[in-house]
Parts: sequence; structure tokens; C-alpha cells
Amino acid sequence: MLIIPCPHCGPRPENEFRYSGEAHIARPADPEATSDAEWADFLYMRSNPKGRHAERWRHIHGCGRFFNCIRDTVSDRIERSYPAGTRP
Amino acid sequence: MSFRTPTGGRIDRNRVLNFTFDGRAYTGHHGDTLASALLAKGVHLMGRSFKYHRPRGVLAAGIEEPNALVHVDRGGGRDAPNLRATQVELYEGLVARSQNRSPSLAFDLGAVAGLLSRFLPAGFYYKTFMWPASFWKRLYEPAIRAAAGLGRAPTAADPDRYLHRYAHCDVLIVGAGPAGLTAARAAAATGQRVMICDEQPELGGSLRDEPGAVIGGRASAAWLAAATTDLASRGNVTVLTRATAFGWYPDNLIGIAERVTDHIAMPDPNLPRERLWQVRASEVIIATGAHERPLVFPDNDRPGIMLAGAARAFLHRHGVLPGRRAVVATACDSAYAAALDLHAAGVTIAAIADLRANPTGAAIEAARAAGIPVRTGCAITGSTGRLRVTGALLGSDWVACDTILMSAGWTPSLHLQSQSRGKLRFDAATASFLPMAQPGQRSVGACAGEFDLAAILGVPVSGAISPNGSHTGLVPGASAKRAFVDFQNDVTARDLALATQEGFRSIEHVKRYTTTGMATDQGKTSNINALAIVAGQLGNTIPEVGLTTFRPPYSPVTFGTIAGASRGDLFDPERRAPMHDWAAAHGAVFEDVGTWKRAWYFPRGRETMHDAVARECRAVRNAVGIFDASTLGKIEVVGPDAAEFLNRLYTNSWKKLGVGRCRYGLMLSEAGFVWDDGVVGRIAEDRFHVTTTTGGAARVLNHMEDYLQTEFPELLVWLTSTTEQWAVIAVQGPDARALIAPLVAGIDLSPEAFPHMSIREGTICGVPTRLFRVSFTGELGFEINVPAEYGPAVWEALMAQEAPTRSPTPYGTEAMHVLRAEKGFVIVGQETDGTVTPDDLGLSGMIARSKPDFVGKRSLRRPDMVVANRKQLVGLLTEKPDDLLEEGAQIVEDPRQPIPMRMIGHVTSSYPSATLGRSIAMALVEGGRARMGSTLYVPMPGQDITVRVVEPIFYDRTGARLDG
Amino acid sequence: MVDRRSPLAGLAGAAPSIPAARLVALPPCARVVLRTAAVLDLPIVQDINRAVVAGGVASLRLGPDEWLILAPDAGPIFAAASGHAAAVVDVSHRQVAIEIAGPRAAEVLNGHCALDLGAAFPPGMCTRTLLGKAEIVLWRTGADEFHLEVGRSFAPYVWQCLEEGRREHA
Repeated sequence: MLIIPCPHCGPRPENEFRYSGEAHIARPADPEATSDAEWADFLYMRSNPKGRHAERWRHIHGCGRFFNCIRDTVSDRIERSYPAGTRP
Repeated sequence: MSFRTPTGGRIDRNRVLNFTFDGRAYTGHHGDTLASALLAKGVHLMGRSFKYHRPRGVLAAGIEEPNALVHVDRGGGRDAPNLRATQVELYEGLVARSQNRSPSLAFDLGAVAGLLSRFLPAGFYYKTFMWPASFWKRLYEPAIRAAAGLGRAPTAADPDRYLHRYAHCDVLIVGAGPAGLTAARAAAATGQRVMICDEQPELGGSLRDEPGAVIGGRASAAWLAAATTDLASRGNVTVLTRATAFGWYPDNLIGIAERVTDHIAMPDPNLPRERLWQVRASEVIIATGAHERPLVFPDNDRPGIMLAGAARAFLHRHGVLPGRRAVVATACDSAYAAALDLHAAGVTIAAIADLRANPTGAAIEAARAAGIPVRTGCAITGSTGRLRVTGALLGSDWVACDTILMSAGWTPSLHLQSQSRGKLRFDAATASFLPMAQPGQRSVGACAGEFDLAAILGVPVSGAISPNGSHTGLVPGASAKRAFVDFQNDVTARDLALATQEGFRSIEHVKRYTTTGMATDQGKTSNINALAIVAGQLGNTIPEVGLTTFRPPYSPVTFGTIAGASRGDLFDPERRAPMHDWAAAHGAVFEDVGTWKRAWYFPRGRETMHDAVARECRAVRNAVGIFDASTLGKIEVVGPDAAEFLNRLYTNSWKKLGVGRCRYGLMLSEAGFVWDDGVVGRIAEDRFHVTTTTGGAARVLNHMEDYLQTEFPELLVWLTSTTEQWAVIAVQGPDARALIAPLVAGIDLSPEAFPHMSIREGTICGVPTRLFRVSFTGELGFEINVPAEYGPAVWEALMAQEAPTRSPTPYGTEAMHVLRAEKGFVIVGQETDGTVTPDDLGLSGMIARSKPDFVGKRSLRRPDMVVANRKQLVGLLTEKPDDLLEEGAQIVEDPRQPIPMRMIGHVTSSYPSATLGRSIAMALVEGGRARMGSTLYVPMPGQDITVRVVEPIFYDRTGARLDG
Repeated sequence: MVDRRSPLAGLAGAAPSIPAARLVALPPCARVVLRTAAVLDLPIVQDINRAVVAGGVASLRLGPDEWLILAPDAGPIFAAASGHAAAVVDVSHRQVAIEIAGPRAAEVLNGHCALDLGAAFPPGMCTRTLLGKAEIVLWRTGADEFHLEVGRSFAPYVWQCLEEGRREHA
């Protein structure tokens, strides 16, 4: 069980959190203006890197906030976390 | 004949304990293990080996024991197989059995496998059981299953209790030998939160086997007693004994299995048998010591052959001698300490055979001075004896003996370090891999290659012999045949050589092919010898071959410990709706819906389920029914932007919904598929009462929060789960209004004032209610929301109503399903499976085309979503009205086509309908709406059911009944 | 007015007396969820994951814009929020309160809860967390006293988990 740093509550055990996929994939401001390919890319394509990965978590059994963090997918070490809507 | 010394050891000689082994009665003492008590009676033969069923005695004195695996039976389902006799503490009445033998340990029919051993080499299974394929099911698999496995799994439910405990500390010390105790005392002195655990019943580790050592001027026993008292007296230190740290998990989480009551004859039933500790430590200090290595020589596995350090442990901990006449074969000084101690205790040391050509030092001189014959440069190359060793082959001499003590040196215990992905370095001088510190973790003492007591304790020590010298792999000049490396999995030096000859190069592959190191002992005694043999075969060095990765658990952990209290009623929360107790008292049969228990139907007398559901449905259609709908998810959406938020989350439009009105809402995933549905009522301009499916409540709230927090953070609106705030009583049927009217105050129930799809606030039975006029049955209906703890009393008041209408009929989820299917109402998760669009369900009218955007809107235009032949919701009527389709059954156009048939859809719902006097079904069928009136087929075993495609609505197509 | 029925009535009535970890089903009270970024004229706690009790009203700040308020009466909170960009929702029946108190209380909680209940969780601290498979609000009201807010359908499960854990201290 990892220790995950919630930007609001501090370090907490992993079971209080829910993983929510890759971070910084913004919903297009005007979806109707996107092509089918662009929309499919937004819906389905993810980077899946080996190493540093910006990802979303929700402190669902805590403060309830979604936030982002940088986790190394090889070592499982979390470098830092930061509130949703901000950049590292 | 007793092998117990007249004095000494850490046992309580005044407490005699009775126990049985294989049905034979013995006695031992408090402080004995099963192994030491048997050895005290001259019993070495304790098990049979896994593959060849060779007679085996005890090899080690502790957790690393590979041979003496026993089954302990406390009766009443309290069965524990595969326990190491060296760890089983004796208690009054202990009943233990040997394993892997038939009919008895001394005469085992399975031993025929040993005679065939030249035909059972490494990879035997892979080579032999390959063909013909048909033999697998009938011959190979049953035969292998019968022969495979160690011990016998218990069949009865385990009556013992198990608990978990999370704990946190600044410093966790794993192992309470001299290095661990020293580290713990240093950490404790700083005032930090300290935990120390050890798998033994008492602290001290190897120090208990050094009674002659003098530490800083004090006898070792006195030093140990002082250290133990010191730690126990400190409020900041937690000491765990009988507690095995079995695994390292990320962020310094250590799993520890504590055996709480296994050593007690009559444990307090309030105590758990075992406790799983999950300890989060800022720093982990690994002080797990080292395991002694056996020498690999032919027939090195006979009963009576044991590790030299084990013999010393049995002597000093339990006052037990391994035999009368011992040969000591070694490459390490520590075996001299064993020889000297046993010599002093009266054992004849027939010879010390030292592999080293010219060993020097105090240990060797002391042995010579004691008159023990020391042969240097001398390899042991064989043994004799069947159920007990009778002789050792030293060079060309056979030396008679009843005991062979061996030592090839010591292997640091690296399991936790390896599990944590910690780095290792190879120390050629000691032929050992040694751990390197990493942040939050370090190793001390023997597991870090430091064996010198004075260096470990930081004070002068005299009277102790350091274990200088080592050997790895097969002894020089010996045959590899029957030279066992991994005792538990019966892997010999020859098997390892064969694996490399057959082309295996990676140690990980050799390990899997030969199974070396893969037994329950995790290679504690065999690892380095195996590496050395493989390295020798490949012409590489040990570090070039590399160490295999250790994985948790370090030693076996019971399923009970892993499960903890999570079994039976506590396996999962069993959620009960507010009116559950009433339903149970009135004979309801319940079904599981997610984690909820819901009343399924209410049989009366000897009614079948079918009868009960038919009666419940008729009551709703003809009079009035009452239903506990409390498990529906509820979310209160409040704030100035509440309507705008719902507009973005649902397909339909919310801004013009008047206060006091309700609307059925459809929600999509961003991919355009139906995600959830439910009725939403507007309580105030800025307040909506949203309902979701029972199973979707948490998922929908998370989905809404996700969009609100990350995509639409500018909206001033907040979401609060109110699922559990409200008890919901659905009252449905033509008499519904008449039933509730006498109890409701503050609400005009007339159809004009309170039309279908409205919500009003008032009171019922004097408690506040949000009263919905909605219908999931097609009948006149109300859903009474009251604060949950009032639910049962309001329900009972409704049940007690006798005028102007008869009391309502309680109905369950099955009748609810039938009633809604008759009306063609879909259930998300039954008609939908995550790939269904609104149009597939015939619900395109729910999509507000005028809205510029909502979640999922853009996806509805994707090419795949608008193809002509998508599966669409239709009704199915079987040709024979009594035929009932199976939900999930596949649908085809032509049942005579060759197999595999082309399947064009599947049945999503199917029920017998009492209202219609026939079966009804819904289905998703390719291009379904264009097939109205056509005939399709549902192939089932033994028959093809003919069905007609119809509109998915079977009753009251005009909706006239909604007004009662 | 009709009677109220607690989901813990049966379990609490049958609970053994274990002074090392006393288990009590607390009486009903008004519960309100307050969500706002505005500053209201209410004496409520400002630090996240902290609780204060003032004038018989307990406020627990569970998130950046989220409070759980336990009070004799919910009316004043609705009144104070009126006219502000805020959400106030009555959840009086959504959950029930359990108190566990005594020298072994923290240990029993740690049988099912992974939080560090040492100095990192002082009296006055509160948070949402998990107890076994149930979400709870955990509020340390004293050195050896904890107040748990539990969803009503999870309350029997939580109660029985704690009962199972404190049995060894009987």
C-alpha cells in the first residue's frame, strides 16, 4: 500500500484514494468543433510511459478532491502532488 | 534412551508436557520445540522428502528447516499442515503427525520413487507428461495431483479468529539477535517510536547459543536479560515475539505475522490465533541474521545429519544432544564451537573433517587441545545408514557415527532487502551477497556480513568463536548423485548440472526448471550452493550468475492471517435498507444487489416464487402495492449553477423544469454510452433531488464530481450524497392515492394540483416528506421520501391502513422488474452493458439537440455510433406463450445455419407476466426496429424457440393508467 | 409523530462492557453538510481536518470547502447560509454516531483503519477515512476518545468490526 500525498490532507494510505487515469488531458472547449480523429484521440489515447507519469487521483475517502501527481511507473515512487487545474 | 543433558538449556525442567507424534506418546518440557523434544527421545526421522520420499531428519533448528514438516491437529477443524517441527512450540496435549508418507514414516511405499530417481531428473514432468494429449485428463493429471503437494489441506472451516493491526513507528527493527537488540536500544534511547520483532518466542537470537561468551565483563545470559528488561520497560518500544516479518511492501510497509496462541494448550477464546501487523516505519533496520549452509555431498540428507549450528542451538536452548558419536564436516570455524560444546557435554566427536587445507586460529587449536581428531584438507564424500546415519566417508575412510554435523559457512538472510529492490554486492571472501543501505532502510549484523560479536555489540567480547571460512557448491571430489542442494524440493547437484547441460543459462530459468529454491523454505539453506554449482557449470563467477529475486512471504503465512476478520458477516458490509427488519419479519426472501440486501419477494404460506410474484404484480395492477425503494442512489445538487450543471451532465434540458416538477434524466459517459438514469426533482431554483440506480450511486457521484472539479470548476454548485438520508416507500397502483391520503398533510394530492412527475414537500404521519408522484410500474404511483429512521414507522402506518382501501400488498424487486418490463422501462445495467447508446434504446427523444454540449454528445456523432445495423432494443414474444426465454440467450435469424451461427443479438430481460398471461422479453437485436413483426430464433439445448419481434412495450401503451 | 429506529439499536443493546475500549451508540442529533467558499457568520472551524465545538455545535472541516456540522438544530446553519453561494444539506439520518473510548480505543481502530493514530492524529483532528471496507468520519475528541460518523447501512458492519477487535481486551 503506497503512501500518497494529498495536496490538502497530507500523506495518506493508498486505500483512501482512487486512481483516475492520466492527467492533463483537457476536454476540448468546443467538442463539436473537433474532428472524429481528434475526438477519438481525446477519448482513448493515453501515453502509458515507463518512468515519470502525471496522473490523476481522487482522495475519495478523504477530502474528496481530485488532484494530480507525478509517479514513477518503474519504482512506484511519487515525486509530488498538486491540485487539479494546476501544473507541476 | 534420553538425549537430554542433566542440566542447562533454556527449558523449564519442572514442567513436563505430554504430546504425541504419529500416535506415539512422548514427554518434553516447557521451552521445547517439537523437534527438540523428539531429538531428546532419540527421534531424528521426522519426515519424508517431497519427490523421492527419502527418510529425513531435522536439518536446522529454526525457520529455515526444510525437512521436518509436520501436521498439527488441535481438533475441531484446527488443522495446520506443513509446520516446521523446529518452530512448533510444545504444549500439553500437542498432537502432531508426519507428512508425505504412507503407511508410516519408517516404511513408506512412496520411497519407490527414490529407486527410480535416475529416471526422475530435473524437468521430468515437462519431458514425460507431454503426450498423448488425451492422457492428460485421465492419467497424468490425476496421478500428479495424488502425488503432488506437501501435507494435507484442512477441509473443515477454520474455527479460529484472526485479526489485523496497522501500526506506525519511527524505527522498526526486524530480528532481535545481538545486532537487532543493539540497534533497538540505540533507537529507543532517542525517544523515537520503536518496534522490534522476532520470529522466536524470546529475544536474543544467536546470542542464546553463546552461553560461554562474556560481553563487557558480563555473562551473555545476563547481558541478554538486561537488554530484554531495558526494552520492555520503555514506553516508546513495542516488542513482538513469535512475529515473522514476511514481506516488504512499498513505502516501508512491513507485513508481520504474529502467532498469538499456537504455543498455548488452552488459549483464551477472546484471543486471535494470529495477528497480521502492517507496520509503516520511517526507517527499517534489518537484523535478520544468517542461515548456515549445508555441505553438498552424496547422501547428505540422512536422518542424523544436521547443521552444526543447529546442534549447538538444540544443546544450549533445549539441553538436547543430537547423538552420542558425531563426525563434524566443515569449512567454517563455527562448527568447531559446536564440536567443542558437544564434546564438553559428553558427545564423542569422532573427527572434525575440515575442507580447508590449513585452517588456523583459536577454534582449531582449542579442538586439538580438547583431544578432538582434526583432519584438514579432508572432504566428506558420502554417508551410510537408512533411517539414521551410521557412518561418514572421510577421504577413503569410513568413520562410524550416529550424527554428522556440517557447516559450509553462513549465508546472510537477504529476503527483505531483496523484496525492497535493495542493491546487493558480492563479497568474495565470504562468498556472500551483502546488502547495501538505501533511504529508509539499512541492514546490521550477520545479515550485513558482520559476524564479529564485539563489533556488533560495540563492547569487548571474549569466549565466542567467529564463523571464519566458507565453501560453496559440491564438496571437492564428490559425486553429484544424491548430493542434495535443495532438501525440500529434492534438487541435487546433478539436477542443476543437467539443467545447464540442457541449455539453461539464466539462474531464474534454472530455478524454475529444477524448482531449486522454490519450496516453502524459499531457498534459505540452498540458494548459494545452487548458484555456485550453476556458476561452476557455466564457467562464470557467482556474481555473474546473479541472485534470484526473493518474493514475499519469507516463510509461509496462513490464509487466516491474510483474511483477518474479513470472513463471514464481516467479509463485506451487508447493507440493509431501513425497512429490512419488517421485510424479514414478514417472510421476505432477499437478493443481493451490489452490497445491499433487497426484499426479492414475499411468499405467503406455501407459495412458490412464481406464485408470489404473480400475486404481487396483480395487486399493483388491481389495487395497491408497497415497495422499499430506499436503496436508490440520491444526490442533492445545490447551488446557483445547479441547473446549468445538470444541463451539462444529462442529455436532456433542465433549465425550464419548474420548481416542484420532476423529469426522467439520462446520463452518458463521455464515450456516448448510457451511464445511468433516474428521476430528478426540482426542490427549489437552486436545489435538485437527483436519483440514480441502486448500483450506480457511488459511480455516478464520482462521475459528477470529476466533471465538476476538473472540467467545470467555475460552476457554483455542490453535490451531497443523500442516499442514506431518505427511506423511500413506493406506493403503486390504482388505490395509491386513497391509501396515502389519510396520512399526508400539507399537500394537495388531487390530480390537478399534483400531476404525474411532480414533487411536493409536506408531512406524512407527522414527519417531513418529499413526496414524488412518479411511476416505475405504469400505475398511479407515489414515492414517499422520509428521513430514514422514520421509514419503518411510516411503512407500518401504511400497512395498517384499512379504509378507504385495503392495506397494501408488499412487493419485492422481482415484481418490480416484471412490472417495469411490461411497460418497457429499461434498467441500466440490464438492458445496457456499457456499449448502448440512447438511440439503441429508442430514447433519442431524450437528447436535447438544441444544447451546444453535454457529456457524451460529441461521441454520438462518431461513425461507429451511427451505423445502420447497431443493436436496438425490441420486445420479443415467444410463439408458445408459456416458453420463457433465458436472459443472456443468443438470437439468430436461421437456426438451421451451420455452427458457429451468426448471432444477431441477445435477450436482456425475460419474465412470465401474470398481467398478460404469457411470457414477455426484451432484447438487443441488430437493426431491431426494422424487424418489427419478423420471426427470429433463440437456439437452446434440445429446442429452438421461435420468437416474434414487437415494440418493447406490452401493457397500457397509451399510459392511461398513470392517473389511476 | 412516529418513532425513530436506529440501525444500531439491537447491537448496542447487546454489547458487552469492556472498559479498555468502550463502545457507545450516540443519540441522534441534527447533521448538516455545509459546502461553500464564502465566509459565513458562523463560529465554525477554519483548519482542514480539524473540529471545534462551540456553543453545543460541532463543526468538522472535512475538505477545502466542506464542513460537517453536528448541532441540536439545523435551522441556524440554513439561515446563516441563506443569500450566500453555498449548499446546505440536512443529513441527520444519513449517518449515525459511534463512540469508542478507553486506553485501547486507538488500537482497536487500528485493527481496521490504516491511519497513524499517534501524535500525527491529535485530539481535535478529524477526517474521512476507511474502517475496513466502510467509509467513516473519524474525529478524535480526546486522548482516548473517538467519535465515528458512519453511513446508516454501514453502521452494523462498523460496529461488529470494532466489537470483534475489542474482544481480546475483555
